[in-house]
Amino acid sequence: MNENFNVTTSPHVRAKDDTNRIMLYVIIALMPATFFGIYNFGISAAILIILTVASCVGSEWAWNKLLKKKQTIGDLSAVVTGLLLALNFPSSIPWWMAILGGIFAIIVVKMFFGGLGQNVMNPALGARCFLVISFAGYMTDFSAYKEYADTFGGATPLATLKAGGDVDILRMIIGTTPGTIGETSMIAIVLGAIFLIIMGVIDLRIPGTYILTLVIFVTLFGGHGFDVDYIVAHLAGGGLMLGAFFMATDYVTSPITPLGKIIYGIILGLLTGIFRIFGSSAEGVSYAIIFTNLLVPLIERWTVPRAFGIVKTKEVKADEGK
Amino acid sequence: MGLGTFKGGVHPYNGKELAKDKPIREYRPKGELVFPLSQHIGAPAKALVSVGDTVLRGQKIAEAGGFVSSPIYSSVSGKVKAIEKRRVPTGGMVDSIVIESDGAFLEVGFMENHDISSLSRDEIISKIQDAGVVGLGGAGFPTHVKLSPKEPDKIEYIIANCAECEPYLTSDYRRMKENPELVISGMEIVLSLFPNAKGVLAVEDNKPDIIETFSRMIKRHERISVMPLVEKYPQGGERQLIHAVTGRDINSKMLPADAGCIVDNVETLVAIHNAVKEGRPLMHQIFTVTGDAAAEPANLLIYLGTSYAELLEAAGGLKTEAKKMISGGPMMGFALFDLNVPTTKTASALLCLTKDEASLYETTACINCGRCVEACPENLIPSRLADYSANMQKDVFEKWYGLECIECGSCTYSCPARRHLAQAIGSMKKQILADKRKK
Repeated sequence: MNENFNVTTSPHVRAKDDTNRIMLYVIIALMPATFFGIYNFGISAAILIILTVASCVGSEWAWNKLLKKKQTIGDLSAVVTGLLLALNFPSSIPWWMAILGGIFAIIVVKMFFGGLGQNVMNPALGARCFLVISFAGYMTDFSAYKEYADTFGGATPLATLKAGGDVDILRMIIGTTPGTIGETSMIAIVLGAIFLIIMGVIDLRIPGTYILTLVIFVTLFGGHGFDVDYIVAHLAGGGLMLGAFFMATDYVTSPITPLGKIIYGIILGLLTGIFRIFGSSAEGVSYAIIFTNLLVPLIERWTVPRAFGIVKTKEVKADEGK
Repeated sequence: MGLGTFKGGVHPYNGKELAKDKPIREYRPKGELVFPLSQHIGAPAKALVSVGDTVLRGQKIAEAGGFVSSPIYSSVSGKVKAIEKRRVPTGGMVDSIVIESDGAFLEVGFMENHDISSLSRDEIISKIQDAGVVGLGGAGFPTHVKLSPKEPDKIEYIIANCAECEPYLTSDYRRMKENPELVISGMEIVLSLFPNAKGVLAVEDNKPDIIETFSRMIKRHERISVMPLVEKYPQGGERQLIHAVTGRDINSKMLPADAGCIVDNVETLVAIHNAVKEGRPLMHQIFTVTGDAAAEPANLLIYLGTSYAELLEAAGGLKTEAKKMISGGPMMGFALFDLNVPTTKTASALLCLTKDEASLYETTACINCGRCVEACPENLIPSRLADYSANMQKDVFEKWYGLECIECGSCTYSCPARRHLAQAIGSMKKQILADKRKK
C-alpha cells in the first residue's frame, strides 16, 4: 500500500473562491460600466483604460522584478486597480497622465506599503487624488462630452447642480452625461454591483449605509428639503455609485468587523455630504473614501465583536480591572 | 421555517451520498487488536491484564485511572501479546494493550436489565461509568462525568446531537436509520436521571427521513421532541447546537450544564442503552469508510481495536491512489501517515481522498475580505487572531477572544488567500492555555 500520504492539520477541504477568482469577479462586475464608458466617450476612453491597466500591471511586475520578489501580478489585483483608476479619469486627459497615475497607484500607494493587503489607502483613489491635486485643469475638464456640453455646458451634472443649474434625471441614471469614464451610468454600475452581491463578493453594509447616510445628509443640509430630483442627482450625478459599490467596498482598506463596516459607511456618507455641500468642489467621494480609509484601524479597534457566549457584564468587569 | 441554527458557519461539499445508502455491516477482525489506554479525555486507564493472559470478549482489560477517566474492554477473545507504546490516529505514541484474537469471540456473560425503574440514579450512572462510555462524537469526554452535574434538577434539556454536520460521515445517519429505537432508549435513560429535563433529538434537515421516523416514534413521549436544524457546518458543535436548540449561549469557560443542557451524540446514547439495559460494555463503533478513493464506501460495525488498514481492506480497499487519508471528517479529522493505527472509542471514519486541497494551494496575502469573520461560529476575527499568533502577541490574542476558538476550521475553509487560520489560532491557544496551567 502506498504510505506516502499527505499530512496536514484540519480542515482538509477548501472553498472554491480564492483571491484570484474574487478579483476576476470584480473585473467582470466593472465591465458594464467600462463598456458604457467606451460607448459614451469613444475610442479615447478605451485607449486610456488599456494604458492605465497596462501601467498598473507593468509597475507591479517591474517592482517585483527589481526587488527580486515573488511575482504577484497573477492575483489580478493590479488589473482591478488599473480599471478603477481609468474609470475615474475624464476621457480627455493625456496618455502620459494615465500611465503616471498607474505607476503612482501601484508603486507609491500599494507596493511602498508592502503590496496587496498592506496598503492603507485605496490605490486607485490615492492616485486619482494625486492627479487631481497635481493636474487639476486636466482632471476636472469634462468638456469633451460635446453633445451634452452644447445643452448643459461642460460640467458634470453634480457641478451643474451646485452652480444652480438644472439637470436631466433620466440621462443621469442612464449615464449619457459628462463625467469620468466609468461614473456616469448608474444602471451599469448597479448591474455590476448586483453581480458582486450575488457572487458573495460584497454585501450592502458599506454601500447601503454610505448611500443612506448621504441621502439623509443632503435632505437635511442640501437646502432643497426632500426633493427627489435633487437627491437622485446626488446619487447618480457624480462618483457616488462607483465609489460606494466598488471603492468603499475595497476589502483591504475597509474594516473587517461587521459593526465597523456600518460605522465606516456612515462616516463616508457624512464626509461626502460635507465635502459636496459645504466644500468648494462639487465632488467629494474620492476624498471621503481615502480619508476614511485612514480611520479604519481605529474603527476596527472600537468594534471588535464580543465572542459567542461572552456576556457584556463580564467585559465591563475585565476593563475595570485594568 | 423555525429551523434551529446559529450565526456563521460554512457549507462544504457534503459527500454523504457516497456512503449514506450502505447498510451497516458487521466486520469481525482477524489477528491483532490494539487498545490504547488513553482514548478519552482525562486520566489514562490502568491495565488490569499482563502479557500472556487469556482474555474474553467483554472482559475489562483496563480500569479507570480516576473519576474523569474510563475503563476499557476487550472486543475479542484471545491472548495479551504485549503492553507497549503504539501509534494512535492522532499521531502520538500511547501505552496500549495488544491482544491477539483467537477468532472465537468467546464472551463473558452480560446482565440484561430492561426495567430501569428499579434502578436508582447512582446505579444507572455507575453502570454507564463501568461500561466505559465516553462521548463518542469525537471528544471522548467520559459520559458519567457529564451526567453528574452539580445540580441535576437545573438540567432542562437533554440534547441528542444527531446533526452529523461533518461532511462525508454517515455512521450516525445509518445508526438512526437502522436502530432509531436504541437512540430513543438511550435518551429515555438519560431523561430518567433528570426529572426537570426534556429531551430534544436535534437533526439536520438534510436527513428528512430520520426526522420523520423520530417524529413518528416519539408521538407517545411527552418528554421528547424532534428539532430540525439547518444543514450547516458546524451545526453539531456543542455550543452551536445548544444555541440552535435553546437560544442559550455558552463560552469556553462554561459547561453545557451551566446553560441547563446536556449534549450527547447518537452513538453515545446507543452506548448508554447498551450499558444500562443490555449490560454490555462499549466494544463497538459504527465506522464509515468513504471518500473518492475508496473502492466501496461502507458503514461498518467495528470491533474497537481493529486497525484502520484492516477496515479499509474489509470495505474493499482503494480504487485509485489516495493522496490523503483522514481519521474522521474533512473539517476536523486527523490526517494519517500510517494506517496501522487502531480504532479507538472516538473513531468515526476513514476518509480516503484522491486530492489534498489543504496542500494544493499556496498561501497568499490576506486581503481583509472578512470571509473568515462571516464563517466564524464563535463571532471572532480569525484573520487578525492568526496575525497575533504569528507575531506572538498573546495579550492582544486573548483580548480579541482567541481562546474562544473551537477550532472548527470554518475560517481556513473559507479563506480565499488559503491561509492556515485555524492552525495558527489553535497553536496559539494551546500555548496560552499551557502558560496558564504553569501559573
